[in-house]
Amino acid sequence: MTAHAPTLPSRGTPAVPSRTVPSRSLRPRIRGTVAERVFVTRSLLQELRDPEALLMAVALPVMLMLMFTFIFGQAIDPSGGYVDYVVPGIILLCAGFGASSTAVSVSRDMTTGIIERFRTMPLRSGAVLTGHVIVSVIRNLFATAVVIGVALLVGFRPSAGPLDWVAMFGVVALYILAITYLFAAIGLAASSPEAANGYGFILLFLPYVSSAFVPVATMPDWLRPVAEHQPITPVIETIRSLLLGTPLGNTGWIALAWCVGIVLVAAVWGAWLFRRKAGRR
Amino acid sequence: MELAIEARGLRKRFGSTEVLAGLDLAVAVGSIFALLGPNGAGKTTTIGILTTLVRPDTGNATVAGADVRTAPGEVQRRIALTGQSAAVDGELTAIENLVMLGRLSGLGRRPAREKAAELLARFDLDGAAKRRVSTFSGGMRRRLDLSLSLVVDVPVLFLDEPTTGLDTRSRQELWAIIRSLADAGTTVFLTTQYLEEADRLADRIAVLDRGVIAAEGTAAELKARVGGELVELRDAGGELLREIPTDGSVHALRRAIDELDRSELGAVPGARIGIRRPSLDDVFLAITGDGTRGRAEASAAPAGELLETK
Repeated sequence: MTAHAPTLPSRGTPAVPSRTVPSRSLRPRIRGTVAERVFVTRSLLQELRDPEALLMAVALPVMLMLMFTFIFGQAIDPSGGYVDYVVPGIILLCAGFGASSTAVSVSRDMTTGIIERFRTMPLRSGAVLTGHVIVSVIRNLFATAVVIGVALLVGFRPSAGPLDWVAMFGVVALYILAITYLFAAIGLAASSPEAANGYGFILLFLPYVSSAFVPVATMPDWLRPVAEHQPITPVIETIRSLLLGTPLGNTGWIALAWCVGIVLVAAVWGAWLFRRKAGRR
Repeated sequence: MELAIEARGLRKRFGSTEVLAGLDLAVAVGSIFALLGPNGAGKTTTIGILTTLVRPDTGNATVAGADVRTAPGEVQRRIALTGQSAAVDGELTAIENLVMLGRLSGLGRRPAREKAAELLARFDLDGAAKRRVSTFSGGMRRRLDLSLSLVVDVPVLFLDEPTTGLDTRSRQELWAIIRSLADAGTTVFLTTQYLEEADRLADRIAVLDRGVIAAEGTAAELKARVGGELVELRDAGGELLREIPTDGSVHALRRAIDELDRSELGAVPGARIGIRRPSLDDVFLAITGDGTRGRAEASAAPAGELLETK
């Protein structure tokens, strides 16, 4: 048997060329929120690199608003007051529209191998998700501000005082945070960025089955409960109340509960998915 | 001998598939170690365990002195991984990728920028520093990917199939870079399907087959295990008709030639006989039993012998 391997040396003495081995450095531990800040910068740069997507995120809601105000508005309310009714709905549509891109960014990170690199480094790799979520919230708040600006130009006349405005932006920000979180989790669950993109339809569809464009009372009986008990309706009614002084009742609390609930569910689901997809296997 | 990587009895099962079935490894500090194996042999799982991505079912491993099971964070401070799919951010420029990795590796803003500039120059990417990485060629992406692993001079570098899909020139450039890293004292652990890569680059080679190390040694040692010269018969077009391994003795060579002479293959018009040293290819095929049928029959004896090693 050994006739074929006469030159095999005993194991345990690998033939290593003698080289000088200088002292190597260790990767320093990173402190505090450095990882989160670096990932926010990264997501922000990605965002700015894609000006078309950014433009679409702002232009599409504005176009929708103009369409509803000038094309459908006259038919729905010939007195011209429809703009006041529809703007809060458009704000939410716009906020949701932007959030779906988070699913695409997250899915891209999970499927291209870059997450493996982060996971082999001494840092919280989940921070990469935080970066996407924070930047998405910033982008959507910006788009919301543009939509409100254009709405004011085309005749939107809210009766809100400064405090109402602050409260309104708070509610919108919370809603954006909730669905962005949800879409980050959807991005984790999706098999590819393309599939992740597909889930965005939910947010384009849901506002139509809410009080965004027409009052729930005008809907068929079977649809009304769906429209009344989905998260978008109470959020829209809260914004209407803050901006236009419509009666609020307990709608504000329901809206708040929905948003906080979605954040919690998305956070737990997302953490579970992240452990499964990017935890140690 | 100081070991950079030591693994004992690593086992890993995914569902009903046993990917690793008791893997032992010992890699000397400052050496280049190649893990060679066909697709599905368990190469990526092995790298995964050593880089803390995958938890072994049983067995243990230390990398640069840190235990992958009990101190993954310490392992992570001592390693860098360049995985199979280029782990670069296509939306960012080359320099932004490097600065990001520098910052995530604990460098301040300015040191991260300085390190980025240094690495771009070293990897011949300074002309493309401000280009978006999605516009890079495969070779450039790989070079950037490797440079991202070097923002800190970690002791152990893992490369999972570093040159898969690259053209010959890019491959050789990358080999030169890997060589120079090892010359500077970095321990390099790489997986490859390319025998030439292992042959040219690695100080030691381990052949992974069905979850265990089937053979290990220097390229020369492994080749010696297949035996001496190979006698081959090729037709006029250079197509291999038959190959007979021998132990290199005059007697064995004559017997092989006689055998070819007696068979009908010897009468093929224009057929020519040749004698060559075994390549790493032969070793690989003999060990993993993946040969063509003619070859497998001809080399049945040494293949059987190699399979029962360890």
